[in-house]
Amino acid sequence: MKDFKEEKTRVDQADRTIYDVKDRLDPAYLMDSGITPEIVNQISKEKNEPEWMRLFRLKSLKLYNEIPLPTWGPSLDELNMDQIVTYVRPKSTMKAKWSDVPDDIKETFERLGIPKAERKSLAGVGAQYDSEVVYHNVRAEVASQGVVYTDIESALTGPYSDMIRKHFMKLVPPSDHKFAALHGAVWSGGSFVYVPAGVSVEIPLQSYFRLNAPGAGQFEHTLIIVEEGAYLHFIEGCSAPRYYVANLHAGCVELYVGKNARLRYSTIENWSKNMYNLNTKRASVEEGGTVEWISGSFGSHISYLYPMSILKGKKARMEFTGITFAGEGQNLDTGAKVLHAAPDTTSHISTKSISRDGGNSTFRSVVTVTEKAEGSKSAVSCESLMLDSISRSDTIPVMDISCNQADIGHEAKIGRISESAIFYLMSRGLSEDDARALIVGGFAEPIAKELPLEYAVEMNNLIHLEMKGSIG
Amino acid sequence: MSHSLLEIKDLIVSVEDKIILNGINLTIGSGELHVLMGPNGTGKSTLVSAIMGDPRFQIESGQILLDGKDITEMKADERAKAGVFLSFQVPEEIPGVTLEDFLRTAKGSLEKRPPKILQFKKELKEQMKALDMDPSYAERYLNVGFSGGEKKKTEILQLLMLQPKLALLDETDSGLDVDAVRTVTKGIRAFKNRKNGLFIITHNARILEGLDVDVVHVLEGGKIAYTGGQELISKITQDGFGVLGKGVGLHEGL
Ligand SMILES: Nc1ncnc2c1ncn2[C@@H]1O[C@H](COP(=O)(O)OP(=O)(O)OP(=O)(O)O)[C@@H](O)[C@H]1O
Ligand SMILES: [Mg+2]
Repeated sequence: MKDFKEEKTRVDQADRTIYDVKDRLDPAYLMDSGITPEIVNQISKEKNEPEWMRLFRLKSLKLYNEIPLPTWGPSLDELNMDQIVTYVRPKSTMKAKWSDVPDDIKETFERLGIPKAERKSLAGVGAQYDSEVVYHNVRAEVASQGVVYTDIESALTGPYSDMIRKHFMKLVPPSDHKFAALHGAVWSGGSFVYVPAGVSVEIPLQSYFRLNAPGAGQFEHTLIIVEEGAYLHFIEGCSAPRYYVANLHAGCVELYVGKNARLRYSTIENWSKNMYNLNTKRASVEEGGTVEWISGSFGSHISYLYPMSILKGKKARMEFTGITFAGEGQNLDTGAKVLHAAPDTTSHISTKSISRDGGNSTFRSVVTVTEKAEGSKSAVSCESLMLDSISRSDTIPVMDISCNQADIGHEAKIGRISESAIFYLMSRGLSEDDARALIVGGFAEPIAKELPLEYAVEMNNLIHLEMKGSIG
Repeated sequence: MSHSLLEIKDLIVSVEDKIILNGINLTIGSGELHVLMGPNGTGKSTLVSAIMGDPRFQIESGQILLDGKDITEMKADERAKAGVFLSFQVPEEIPGVTLEDFLRTAKGSLEKRPPKILQFKKELKEQMKALDMDPSYAERYLNVGFSGGEKKKTEILQLLMLQPKLALLDETDSGLDVDAVRTVTKGIRAFKNRKNGLFIITHNARILEGLDVDVVHVLEGGKIAYTGGQELISKITQDGFGVLGKGVGLHEGL
């Protein structure tokens, strides 16, 4: 762990340009704007999907047209759906080897550090460019353990087709909310991971998502099934270049954690500042199983993000560690939900939020304890740091407890950056900006600590970039 | 006469529109150790904070010169770069930032380039050992959960690692046990040389044992009411400030 510290201090000279890569838009194929049954049929046809999926999409589209926009969160009035190109297919088709990936796409990924991560022997890389998976690689040793890691499209037609059908959008049904319905209709790309019973995947599997085309929506679907007694760490990192047309991300993540299994799911998202990030993530956990969420949300214009854990089996556990950073023009509505549906289940939600330059960050937690969940424990803690007086930070805890024998705690702290701490650091030679960045970095440290090295570095990088040039 | 390291001229300092220091004049030569004493609330911390550039304290008029250079208008980080260091009466806690990372960042800022890792680590280890500090503290978050005495020791560790020209120590001995005071004094002795200067605020003078004190100042009524040699210390610690008679400042009022 010694290297960790050293490498982390080297990210000081962060270069914003690596996050603002904007390649020439050269899609092989661009669909009409707006969503009609024809579009949905076309998507399905392009993908050679089974008939049930085509019908599923059409049913979802119908729901999408029926369900109203949510009104309880940040305003979505400026989201112009007709403007969003739902499906942009990249030139390249599936590639097995890095050397076969087209150069411009490769360059983008290289700048985002994917080959480096590969070199560092991470298990597999499935990187999504626009809407199609272009690069995919599962290390032989992982596959030899019987672990399946593939893009979800090919899983749909392969031997795991039935398994997908049984699980796809069962945790997040299209009827859940408008954007879940939209996702059901136009989803494209994403990952499927299956870890058989008793298998422990020692190296994290990682996938990289990125939006590229202006106005393009991204609707990737992640489906992970970890069977009894198995273990997996899955990492999703997202970063997007800046664009000036409304952008929508409505992905969906479904995690199935088996009996006594453990799944750690980490994400660092860095969306461009005009993005609407309306992502739905959900996990179900069987008896004795554990789901651990590590979530870093950066960028986006508006976010709605509340990963939910359904603790179905006795002694199931969830841990959620999250951070958001809301800067100018950003309204990030995030949080976590947990449903305690069995006895002796535990949940631990711990989040940090940073807001500055008029940024708005809201933390929502929903803890539901059913009458069956005797002996359950839940602890929610939320700490916010406001860097100036024009920024906002709110906490909205909701608890629905139908069981007497439950131990529920909630703690919220909202603070401003301390002027005397800044003076203390400045008295040691740090500039005011560096002093603030150090304090904010320290505030985020408990989350960085949970992330693998590359991601901790990236997060520190992002924090540093977010902090830069703000104080005049 | 040694060259003057710190020179304060007619300094008037206020906090929240209240005048605390009303015309301070003081010169510390290089290689000298000066002691500042005075009753609680007379403005000792205010004076060293103003020298360090704490923005909460308003400099109404007067001048602060370091090595002949006017630093009165400088921000704290610029003063630090010019060579001023303050050991805080109440050091700040910085969660999430380890003592080691912090010190390396500070050293890098002062020297304008990051220190060499191995050399830095070695030096840190040695200095911590000299101060009887558990090496695991390097990995702990700066001052978070440190005891009062541990915080003060950490301030001296920073002093030794950062090697400023002028060290202002604000009651570094308060809250230290007998052994810790000795260790800290040893650290100060190791720091002191012919070129740098020390300005030490103390109530009990225990920190000064075995150190050569050049000048003792007593602050009262917003002014340096008394200036004398080492003998003033034992007088004050034995008989209190009353023994000095009424200070000049008290007569003048504010
Ligand atoms: N931020 C502040 N706001 C208001 N008053 C202040 C502030 N800081 C200091 N003061 C006042 O200035 C005066 C001098 O305080 P200072 O801390 O400099 O005293 P001191 O001589 O260091 O005392 P002690 O020996 O107790 O440490 C006190 O009356 C104190 O209340
Ligand atoms: Mg004081």
